[in-house]
Amino acid sequence: MTGFTVISPGVLSLLQDNGRLGQAALGLTTGGPMDAPSAAWANRLLGNPPNTTLVECSVGGLQLQANINSYIAVTGAVLNVSINGKAAEQWTVHKVQQGDVIELGMVSQGLRAYLAVAGGFNITAQFGSSATVLREKIGGLNGNKLQPNDLLPCQAVNSLPTYQLPGAHRPRFNNIITLRLVEGYQVDSFSNTERQRFYLNSYTVTSQADRMGYKLSGSAIQCQQSQLLSEGICYGAVQIPPDGQPIVLLNDRQTLGGYPKIGAVLSLDCALLAQAPAGTRVYFTPISPQHAHNALCLAKVYTDAIAGQLVSV
Amino acid sequence: MSQAQYHLTTAGENALMLYFDQRIDPAISALVQQACQLIRAELTDDIIDLLPSYASVLVIYNPFTTDHYQVQAQLRHCLKQLQTGSHTQGKRVELPVYYSEQSGPDLTLIANSKGISIDEVIQRHQAISYRVYAIGFAPGFAYLGEVDPLLQMPRLATPRAKVPRGAVAIADRQTAVYPAASPGGWNLIGLCPVAMFNPNASPVMPVAVGDEVRFVAIDKNEFLRLGGELPEPELPGNKP
Repeated sequence: MTGFTVISPGVLSLLQDNGRLGQAALGLTTGGPMDAPSAAWANRLLGNPPNTTLVECSVGGLQLQANINSYIAVTGAVLNVSINGKAAEQWTVHKVQQGDVIELGMVSQGLRAYLAVAGGFNITAQFGSSATVLREKIGGLNGNKLQPNDLLPCQAVNSLPTYQLPGAHRPRFNNIITLRLVEGYQVDSFSNTERQRFYLNSYTVTSQADRMGYKLSGSAIQCQQSQLLSEGICYGAVQIPPDGQPIVLLNDRQTLGGYPKIGAVLSLDCALLAQAPAGTRVYFTPISPQHAHNALCLAKVYTDAIAGQLVSV
Repeated sequence: MSQAQYHLTTAGENALMLYFDQRIDPAISALVQQACQLIRAELTDDIIDLLPSYASVLVIYNPFTTDHYQVQAQLRHCLKQLQTGSHTQGKRVELPVYYSEQSGPDLTLIANSKGISIDEVIQRHQAISYRVYAIGFAPGFAYLGEVDPLLQMPRLATPRAKVPRGAVAIADRQTAVYPAASPGGWNLIGLCPVAMFNPNASPVMPVAVGDEVRFVAIDKNEFLRLGGELPEPELPGNKP
């Protein structure tokens, strides 16, 4: 089989497509790239369709060897990328030849890098998706994270434009971030004082942060309701458990839960949070459903416009 | 039959919550199922996912083909057809359980705290047919209710690091079968040899929301014959 061989998986490398949608009735979560906009750029630069399987490498350290000729692009967190020891710029399509070794260093800004290959990795979909969810042992290669000697199958590609995303359009990873929040769920069970406290104070990303969710620490928020019947949890939902410390629920979240929620973070901002290491300061700011809708649609128009102006380097 | 009461609220940028009266009740659960059918028929391809639970439905829609206000209007329109009193009956499913102190390390705890015998715990657990109220938490995890009030048990103060696959458990007035080994804080009373979630089988799960489940006691030999596996090493004792 042709493809790329894993020499070292690094800290945590997972095969992901856009996620497992429409399977919540079985209790399956969505998975998918934690920084979806960065992942989408890796595929877009290579001319891949949006739902193409790529590798999400958290913290860094992934090493692959190509056993075919192809093209790759690495986006997301800032890290050193080299091909046969020669530095290769991120957000740029690079040609790789049979035998080439691709190395990702450790992240210096952000947490998760995305490595996509021309045409994508051919991974058998489970429940309609290749997204790896370790907790469920579903997706990827046997539900696992990448292991040394795994073969990531793909087809050879011998010609492709080497597009680059100009620096001005690449995301910046700051140590203070503001998350736009669409208020919802039990928001009416939080008093005005508690809501003020929530928006006026900063929170800190704790070490209890993974693909399921990010636990924050800061001013405790109290909800007048403590016990709920378990109910569906959407992407970005901000859960307030009895200790009052918010948890932002992300890609690998449980599908149902019984803690009160104040609303959900805009997906575009969940992507920033997913790149935030422990210690990052986080502010929340409320946004109306119509502003959230506009923000999503504008982001799409903006991205499509840039994608239409890419030039080969 | 009358028009059912509900409450719609925002959940997120592309999600709305439909709430019914917040209680565990077969009539409410039937409304949830009915609502899901109506919503699927109304929103069709604009739906990304529907998440039914005890008394709510999370509706996730595609924000690039529709929007918050359009979806709200469509939900209000289709939910006019929602009728109370129309009972949807799911299928009946029997799940075999090997109840024993070996396979159910919290049986003694329940018996002692309720002042009844272990046999009575086992008998009472089998005496009721349970409704599947929700599926979630983990793939194939079905929330079944409601348990005999005498068997009602709080979750363990400290969850177990590992609950074996197939563990039959009680928490509050809910009971469930753990589809896979996982951490868990429910009280364990037995083991079920039937796979609750098998990605390679069709159907993937033996139960669906709205089904009626009955547990039937089997002995150890039958449990092993049906493909059950006793967890190794032995389960810890009654301590959480």
